[in-house]
Amino acid sequence: MSELTYRRMKDLPSTHLLGTGTPMCAGCGGLNALHQIYDIIGEKSIFINAAGCMTLLSVYPFTPFRGSWLYTAMASAPAGAQGVRDALDVLLQKNRMSMQDDMQVVVLTGDGAAYGMGLSATSGAMERDLDFMYICYDNEGYGNTGQQYSGATPHAAMTATSRGPRGFPGFKKDLFSIWSAHKPAYVATVIGTEPLDLARKIEKARSLKGPRMIIALSPCPTGWDYDPQDSVTVGKLAVRTGVWPLKEYVDGKVVHTKVPHPRKPVEEYLKLQGRFSHLFEPQRDDALINEIQAKVGAYWEDVDS
Amino acid sequence: MTRKLLTGNGAAAWGARLSASDYIPAFPITPQTEIIETLAGWIDNSDLDARLVTLESEHSMITAAAAAASTGVRVFSATSSQGLLYGMEMLYTVAGWRSPFVLVNVSRGLASPITLGPDHNDIMAARDSGFLQIHCATCQEVLDSTLIAFRLAEHTRVRLPVIVNLDGFYLSFTREPVDIPDSKLARQYVGDYDAENIRFRASAPLSQAVAVLGGSPYSYFRYESHLAAQDSLEIYHEVTEEFNQLFGRQYDAIDCYRSDDADYVFVMMGSFATKAKEAVDQLRDTGFAIGLLRPRLMRPFPAQIFQQLLACKKGVAVIDQNLSMGMGGVLHSELAASLYGQAHAPPLLMSYIGGLGGRDISSEEFFEIASELRLSAEQGKTPPPRLLYTKTELREVRKLQAVAHVERQDLDEGNTHE
Ligand SMILES: Cc1ncc(C[n+]2csc(CCOP(=O)(O)OP(=O)(O)O)c2C)c(N)n1
Ligand code: SF4
Ligand SMILES: [Mg+2]
Repeated sequence: MSELTYRRMKDLPSTHLLGTGTPMCAGCGGLNALHQIYDIIGEKSIFINAAGCMTLLSVYPFTPFRGSWLYTAMASAPAGAQGVRDALDVLLQKNRMSMQDDMQVVVLTGDGAAYGMGLSATSGAMERDLDFMYICYDNEGYGNTGQQYSGATPHAAMTATSRGPRGFPGFKKDLFSIWSAHKPAYVATVIGTEPLDLARKIEKARSLKGPRMIIALSPCPTGWDYDPQDSVTVGKLAVRTGVWPLKEYVDGKVVHTKVPHPRKPVEEYLKLQGRFSHLFEPQRDDALINEIQAKVGAYWEDVDS
Repeated sequence: MTRKLLTGNGAAAWGARLSASDYIPAFPITPQTEIIETLAGWIDNSDLDARLVTLESEHSMITAAAAAASTGVRVFSATSSQGLLYGMEMLYTVAGWRSPFVLVNVSRGLASPITLGPDHNDIMAARDSGFLQIHCATCQEVLDSTLIAFRLAEHTRVRLPVIVNLDGFYLSFTREPVDIPDSKLARQYVGDYDAENIRFRASAPLSQAVAVLGGSPYSYFRYESHLAAQDSLEIYHEVTEEFNQLFGRQYDAIDCYRSDDADYVFVMMGSFATKAKEAVDQLRDTGFAIGLLRPRLMRPFPAQIFQQLLACKKGVAVIDQNLSMGMGGVLHSELAASLYGQAHAPPLLMSYIGGLGGRDISSEEFFEIASELRLSAEQGKTPPPRLLYTKTELREVRKLQAVAHVERQDLDEGNTHE
């Protein structure tokens, strides 16, 4: 199969492998992305998880996964992948396991683990050219503990630990570039609300060997404070305003896979979310809105030039 | 069988080699590094068919070790001191995975202050993790215990990871003659790795280490590990008995030295117990009926065996090479807990702290402990715990402090050195 498998929406898998009835919140953008990703990766897989919202997918004795699952800890899911992949290779090499029993080794963590505590383990796995996939669902904060700011939190966002009038003073870390600097086989950004773009990228990742790194922006009604029914709108606006660039890194080059044109003003994205409400109420904070708009503009100017 | 001069580290590496370890996640730390260097060398020369991977931390190393064991390969790893503590979250975590593997810890004192000298605070910090612990006093014991550890860990009634502990420098870098078991016989003893019901296969999906909701299922699984650890004492007897039959070396849960007919007993762990043995011999020459008990097993704790071996003794001195701040020696408290209220328990259980950071314990100190033991027994009073330290040592430290003081004063007064 190649990425051309998915030309139109109707080419997308109609089977849905991941079970339902999980304890994720209604409208969880991370779960939405995971459903689509799992349909493509398939059940011949092991998901190696770090502490976060998704840890509660598998609660004894239930799991929505048809393949395997291993929960590790917050910092070391990539090391868990290393152990499993190495062991599978040893077993294959020593003829103690059939090829049929081999599987995709997939790390599944939130942004807190990916951008922070687990970054050293991820860097190590990439430097050892580990044959694995990494899915980071990025809800831009430590969601499971009540949405405190993390290394992925965007400028000005209100979180449980940035409640001041200007929100989070820092800036979202550029994990895509940090990962790409390791020259892994593949890096891509995706979002659940762009299913075709997501499917192509996951399919491409699946077909490659080595570290294949995916960051899925994951609109989070609970942490971002909006109505769960707006999850798709928020996701679509993240792309159309240019806040979340869809791109991939392969063979040393970065390609944008969906360039929003014309870009909508960022405030359309911001004003839907309670975490940015201080930019609009009690009075509009034009300076801060313009600052965010200017950053997005500068990013795309760099891309265009 | 061949006889070779081996360091404790070399002996540990031989243990990993003879048990046909498949996978060795590694990370360097003094005084353990020689173990992984030796194994890497053998792999490079095709003397050992295993995969060694250097992780970026011990936290990752222990995660990878247990993940690989859960996938169905035999895993060996090694660390020391700060490394063991850096991996502590995962020690506790992976013990609950019930995927057996063997970790060698080369004991070294913990920061602060940072040091390379040995003591047991690192390994004691892992006491409640769920790993079983075998403590060694000779290089031979290190090699043999590694083989025994695999048998113990992988036993169907145990399925817990095991730490084999040896003291930094005193064992890790000391060369002793070691009998290296015949590799076929060692393989026969250890057997093939059986992953049992925990192994990841595409055809047989498995969810491992999942979350539980509520204290009830949580307690169930925690109790299960505890019961398996308790059960492992009986299994330890079995597998060491079998070891003895094959190799002619017996490793009881507690090593007894001239303790049968003794009135008084030293209790110590690890290689410093060798010093206690010498002191026992010298004291015996003067007619002092004293002996030594050295637990090889710290987990499971051989409480009942201690109760039997110490029944009707007049007094016991526990010399701990560790210090639980604000409490005292760990082995002392564990022994007190094991003996309290038992019929014929010795009326006197004294506590000494010594050997921290590799500080020597001299024969004179053992003699002093012995006479204090006898005096206290006669008076029927338990003296307070003692921290072993000599006047000379104190004077030396005072000198260092004086130098530091003068240097500081110089700096404060703006004097610069030419
Ligand atoms: C070592 C450690 N520190 C802290 C925690 C507490 N903790 C559990 S989940 C979590 C948040 C993880 O954030 P992220 O990776 O973004 O995942 P999310 O919760 O957002 O899904 C934290 C801090 C932990 N489990 N382990
Ligand atoms: S807090 Fe956010 S990321 Fe976590 S389950 Fe709820 S919606 Fe999903
Ligand atoms: Mg998060």
